[in-house]
Amino acid sequence: MAVNGIPRTASVEDRRTLAEFLREQCGLTGTHLGCEHGVCGACTVLLDGGAVRSCLLFAAQLQDAEVTTIEGLSAEDGSLSPVQQAFADHHGLQCGFCTPGFVVSVTAFLSSNPAPTDGEIAHALSGNLCRCTGYQGIIAAVKAVAGR
Amino acid sequence: MTFAAASSRLVGSRINRKEDPRLLTGRGRYVDDVVVPDMLNAAFARSDIARGRIVSIETTAAAAAPGVVAVLTGTDLNPLLAGPIAATPTLGMGSPGPHKVLADDEVRYVGDPYAMVVARSRAEAEDAVELIELDVESLVPVADYTTALLSDERVHPQLEDNRAGGMVQPLDDELRTLLESAPYSATDTFVQNRYLAVPMETRGIVAWWDPGRMSFDIWVSTQSPHDVRTVTARVTGVSENQVRVQMGDVGGGFGQKAYLARDEQIVILASYHLGCPVKWIEDRRENLVAATSSRAERATVSIAADQLGNILGVRVDHIDEVGAYPMAGSAAMMGAVIFTGPYRIPKLSFSTDSVYTNTCSRAPYRGPWQIETYVREQAVDSLARNMGLDPIELRRRNVLQRDQLPYLLPIGLSLDHVSPAETLEQAAAMIDYDGFRAWQRQEFAAGRLVGVGIGLYIEPQSAMGPYAAEPAHIRIQPDGSTDVYLGSGSHGQGIETTTAQIVSENVGVPFDTVKVHQGDTGTTPYAFGTGGSRSGPILGAAIQLAARDLRSKIVEIAAHQLEASPDDIEVTGGVAAVRGTPTRARTIGEISRSAYLDLGALPPGMEPGLETLKRYKTDMPFLFSNACHMCTVEVDGSTGSVRILRFVVSEDCGVMINPSVVEGQIAGGAVQGIGGALLEDFIYDADGNPLTTTFLDYLLPTASDVPQIEYGHVETPATTPGGFKGVGEGGAIGAPAAVANAVNDALHLVGARVREAPFSPARIVEALEAVGR
Ligand code: FES
Ligand code: FES
Repeated sequence: MAVNGIPRTASVEDRRTLAEFLREQCGLTGTHLGCEHGVCGACTVLLDGGAVRSCLLFAAQLQDAEVTTIEGLSAEDGSLSPVQQAFADHHGLQCGFCTPGFVVSVTAFLSSNPAPTDGEIAHALSGNLCRCTGYQGIIAAVKAVAGR
Repeated sequence: MTFAAASSRLVGSRINRKEDPRLLTGRGRYVDDVVVPDMLNAAFARSDIARGRIVSIETTAAAAAPGVVAVLTGTDLNPLLAGPIAATPTLGMGSPGPHKVLADDEVRYVGDPYAMVVARSRAEAEDAVELIELDVESLVPVADYTTALLSDERVHPQLEDNRAGGMVQPLDDELRTLLESAPYSATDTFVQNRYLAVPMETRGIVAWWDPGRMSFDIWVSTQSPHDVRTVTARVTGVSENQVRVQMGDVGGGFGQKAYLARDEQIVILASYHLGCPVKWIEDRRENLVAATSSRAERATVSIAADQLGNILGVRVDHIDEVGAYPMAGSAAMMGAVIFTGPYRIPKLSFSTDSVYTNTCSRAPYRGPWQIETYVREQAVDSLARNMGLDPIELRRRNVLQRDQLPYLLPIGLSLDHVSPAETLEQAAAMIDYDGFRAWQRQEFAAGRLVGVGIGLYIEPQSAMGPYAAEPAHIRIQPDGSTDVYLGSGSHGQGIETTTAQIVSENVGVPFDTVKVHQGDTGTTPYAFGTGGSRSGPILGAAIQLAARDLRSKIVEIAAHQLEASPDDIEVTGGVAAVRGTPTRARTIGEISRSAYLDLGALPPGMEPGLETLKRYKTDMPFLFSNACHMCTVEVDGSTGSVRILRFVVSEDCGVMINPSVVEGQIAGGAVQGIGGALLEDFIYDADGNPLTTTFLDYLLPTASDVPQIEYGHVETPATTPGGFKGVGEGGAIGAPAAVANAVNDALHLVGARVREAPFSPARIVEALEAVGR
């Protein structure tokens, strides 16, 4: 498997989830676990470019996969991606726990639908839970990146 | 170092947050990210019945399971307890029952921990928990708080009854007569559903007692790092200076993490017992079932008015539940204090009972006393209907006007520096209340049910006991960069940012050069923690005092070194200069270096160094902010579902440090309130079994459920330094009332009414059917 472009070879227990593998074996703790039952979206990562819930996948199933985590979305010099910058500019986060999942989901969503309607935005975001922001700043950030 | 940005007028600006770059790139550090060498992992064995007598706990198989280091029960840990397990501010409140961390005689709620497995990995610990055999004889639980006082069963057998507390402010004859004989009155019983804090990060702790160094290191998801230290010392018997607590980033708390609960204390005792680091990260089911409970209360309200619609008095009979092991108990006292809120109401009677039940323990949750607004605002609507008045008209006749302040509340407390009338009118203008009424009639004629609702309230910030004071420690380093050390426990409030705004503006140093440290007892001054919406008014005041103090010293040094009068020195953007002569200047770095390293350059007799620690204490028992929530909804007459059309908040939190942070707090709170009113419901069956134990059953609002929140601001400065007021809780206080009133405003069109939350489709359909729709 390649994680953020770096090849990783490891033997893993069969019940180890992708989230656990990323957090514990790769040290990539930006992927968060909010429910471990597939609802909150905090654990969202890109798998071959599409958003998936890493708490629901077993690491052992992903032999030749390309995984991108939140740590892989910003530039090497640490500068923020357009989605990350929009979250900062529009107060799209408070405690930050849900944030990596939202940023990854939004990145995948906008790359497949760069000019979404309000309804499409709300629908796309409704797979991720945030308890702090009331979604106001998150929705504003997505609209800003989509140029609206 | 560059000193480019001018630093004046930062207070009040929407500057981006300092926290964000790390949190947006996955570089935050939450408790589950902490790894310590040789760290063990813990999992709890928890009761799956509401009440039962423990006959035996068989741990042999679990202890022999792979990876298991220890299986601990009450027999192991309860005797180690060196002091009471209650949170420090509640110590004197007569906390309930036996002081024990693990159940050893009875299990008292579903989720009550009776054993803990410590193993090499979390998976091994969880596997071994399955091997523990609990022999338990089930007992009849006290599951329903409304009948708990009548039950023959006892949650805590050593107590006379299930009463945890209460208060009666007696109904005097004058009020009784008023309520009976007033021209207009209304009496209703309103039920508030049990809904929960639900931070997205569950609770968690890494506790490491190192017997070699005789010291504790603790990393924990908390709002109150210093109280974690105090409690750790108290329950283990070590001294506080042997304990260092660090909190890092915390993924939300909303009150749930204000007080260290039994679960974390068990981990602390286990580490102390085993002498090695132990980590526990709660899973979501545990968080929903066993972390903390909140709301779950009801009140019967009678309210009366004279012929002109002047409210004469209110009587409230309230009951709430505190579960089995409340960490802080009921907040009804606070509700009584502020019950009459934004109105002129001369007479109040308030009686309340708080009861123990065999359910999860109550803890504070964002506006813990908000039942007062929830039921008062609905009662005002009831009274308006009985008078044939529009609810806003009755409010206009009774709302406190500025020239009527200070107003002596019936409870004997003075209310001042608030603007309820202004926020009511601002919200009404924003939502176009009159225009909505006209549109509502049209839509009703076309068969649609739409309604508007108001939630008007005063939000008190308690400044009693340990909550009266906060420290701020500012140190400018020899290179001119500024460190600020706070005893707070920010968990989403953006305190690193708002603090830097106050410091930058009041010291005169650039925002970018200010770094704020909090959450580490090893480096920060003692404070109770973040909660109670006190970060603005009390912590903000302390920061402002400290910043001004430091600025004075900078001015004195600069005046001495530049041979000018202190009155002529300006400090801005990291430079102290003589007014009108910008070439006669010293950078903060130069001044600071002299304060540490070139002591001869200081004014004679001045203490070296460039740092200050100030504690601000208010003498007022409460500080007040206020707001008005208004929303419009559409009720689907066939499905009973509710859609929010618009949601407006007019808020007065005094001087705003950062309007984006203020609006973020309002929105987050309001959406929690909307969730509680429409979706969230933590349900127990009649036997005390929780039925909503995952996010598939316990429904949080998503982006598709929420309206765009529209904000209006009124600014009545507080009298505290800086003039800031609290804004953390109000959103969650006003929203449920506004939603309840809007739904009932729509239902009123057809004569229906719902008095019990959540306003779920099923309940609304039932109400519509009851009136033949
Ligand atoms: S942790 Fe994966 S969806 Fe919640
Ligand atoms: S920012 Fe805290 S949960 Fe979203």
